[in-house]
Amino acid sequence: MTITTASGKHIASTAMGFPTLFKKELLRFWKVSFQTVAAPVMTALLYLVVFAQVLQDKVQVYGLVPYTAFLIPGLMMMSMLQNSFANPSSSLIQSRVTGNLVFVLLTPMSHREIFSAYVLAAIVRGVVVGLCVWLVSLCFISLPLAQPIWILSFAIISCGIMAIMGLIAGLTSEKFDQLAAFQNFLIMPATFLSGVFYSVHTLPTFWQYVSHWNPIFYTIDGFRHGFFGVSDVSPWHSLAVVIGVFVALAALALRLLSSGYKLRT
Amino acid sequence: MHAVSFDHVSKIYPPRREGIKSWFSKPSGTGLQALNDVSLNIEEGEFFGLLGPNGAGKTTLISILAGLARASSGRASVCGHDVVTDYKKSRRALGVVPQELVFDPFFTVRETLRIQSGYFGLPRNDDWIDEILANLGLSDKADSNMRALSGGMKRRVLVAQALVHRPPVIVLDEPTAGVDVDLRRSLWEFIARLNRQGHTILLTTHYLEEAESLCGRIAMLKRGQIVSLSTTSALLEKFGGRSLEDVFIEIMKDGTTNSSEAQA
Repeated sequence: MTITTASGKHIASTAMGFPTLFKKELLRFWKVSFQTVAAPVMTALLYLVVFAQVLQDKVQVYGLVPYTAFLIPGLMMMSMLQNSFANPSSSLIQSRVTGNLVFVLLTPMSHREIFSAYVLAAIVRGVVVGLCVWLVSLCFISLPLAQPIWILSFAIISCGIMAIMGLIAGLTSEKFDQLAAFQNFLIMPATFLSGVFYSVHTLPTFWQYVSHWNPIFYTIDGFRHGFFGVSDVSPWHSLAVVIGVFVALAALALRLLSSGYKLRT
Repeated sequence: MHAVSFDHVSKIYPPRREGIKSWFSKPSGTGLQALNDVSLNIEEGEFFGLLGPNGAGKTTLISILAGLARASSGRASVCGHDVVTDYKKSRRALGVVPQELVFDPFFTVRETLRIQSGYFGLPRNDDWIDEILANLGLSDKADSNMRALSGGMKRRVLVAQALVHRPPVIVLDEPTAGVDVDLRRSLWEFIARLNRQGHTILLTTHYLEEAESLCGRIAMLKRGQIVSLSTTSALLEKFGGRSLEDVFIEIMKDGTTNSSEAQA
């Protein structure tokens, strides 16, 4: 497609704003990587030091797996999930509050382009943080890599789920306190009660049942399966759940974007 | 083909209700009627002024054109492209300088312009970006972070962002609010040059002397309706050669729609 400008010049247009929005969202977190990458790695490291020191000799999981080794994939996934959520949600709320979201809304980008750019950039941030946590954890213990394809699959899809959750939170929140409520009353409890620090088999029956209704449980359990080859539930079961949640959330987010919910009056 | 067209456009903002109650019940009340059956055509190459007091509906009209708001009824188009059904083409043809001084604090001036250009599918546009920067006196600020700029400089960047994809229609929503005399002069010289090159300019401003000297045709909005639409010279002549400010005050005081004039 070409556009003839008033001055008679022709502008070739690829009609795709997606690569630029994707790159911009990457740059946005990369420019403050001390806050967006180093800080969550530090938090995970503190959890690792404290919990591993306290429980290393007292707890063994799946029969033979030392507690420190069991904990690391959980912490990796927790960091990935939280940062995938944070990337689009903080970007959208900041753009909305400062008003510069208008520069995205004035463009010919479709709702699918906007969705893909925000979600992919958030997945990249989540995976980068997860990799950094893993690298730091090598100082403590070397993890087995039983089935890397499961590790990669669950890392990407799980980050995708939380990226879409972050997008939905950013779209529906008009103020920082609304976003904080989303984070503190939904994301944090769902993450902490999903088996990051324990195997759900150690819980009473009732809480095991409750855990199985938490989709975050399946992201962590499937991810762990990739390292140890064992998990609380079948990785295929976990994969089916996370794909189902991903598709449902994606449909909701795309609907919100296409309708201009809280974006276009 | 009109550069800009509004066809019986009305806009009613529904009443808002905050909190959990809004999830379960529809808010009561009729809402705010921001625009009431506005029809207006702007031809290619025109320098058109849209005037009116605060709350008259100017920004709502521009927002509908830019796709930031949806008309409750009627339709709007840019260069023949409907802003709803053919939004990709209509937005490519439109550059908007927003009223608020908004910016992304993460980026430098050049990065901001490259990003905005990329959104329009023009990732390699540095020659034109350099030209805009030079014309707006921003060349030496190209690598400065947006946060480090003065208000006037930020306003220039907003203008540059609107021009970065070379739109044939440029909308300036109060572009000189809070801007010093020097910048105002250089900005108008640049915009006038773009207009001479064939760009259509739609300007809203509260500085009526600017509208009088720049605009070939002027529409006045009051409470969401067009109460006057005429060429600037005919308007001034009709009121006995008084200044546009006097004419504006007179029309707003009267407030009745001159239907034959408003349909022009």
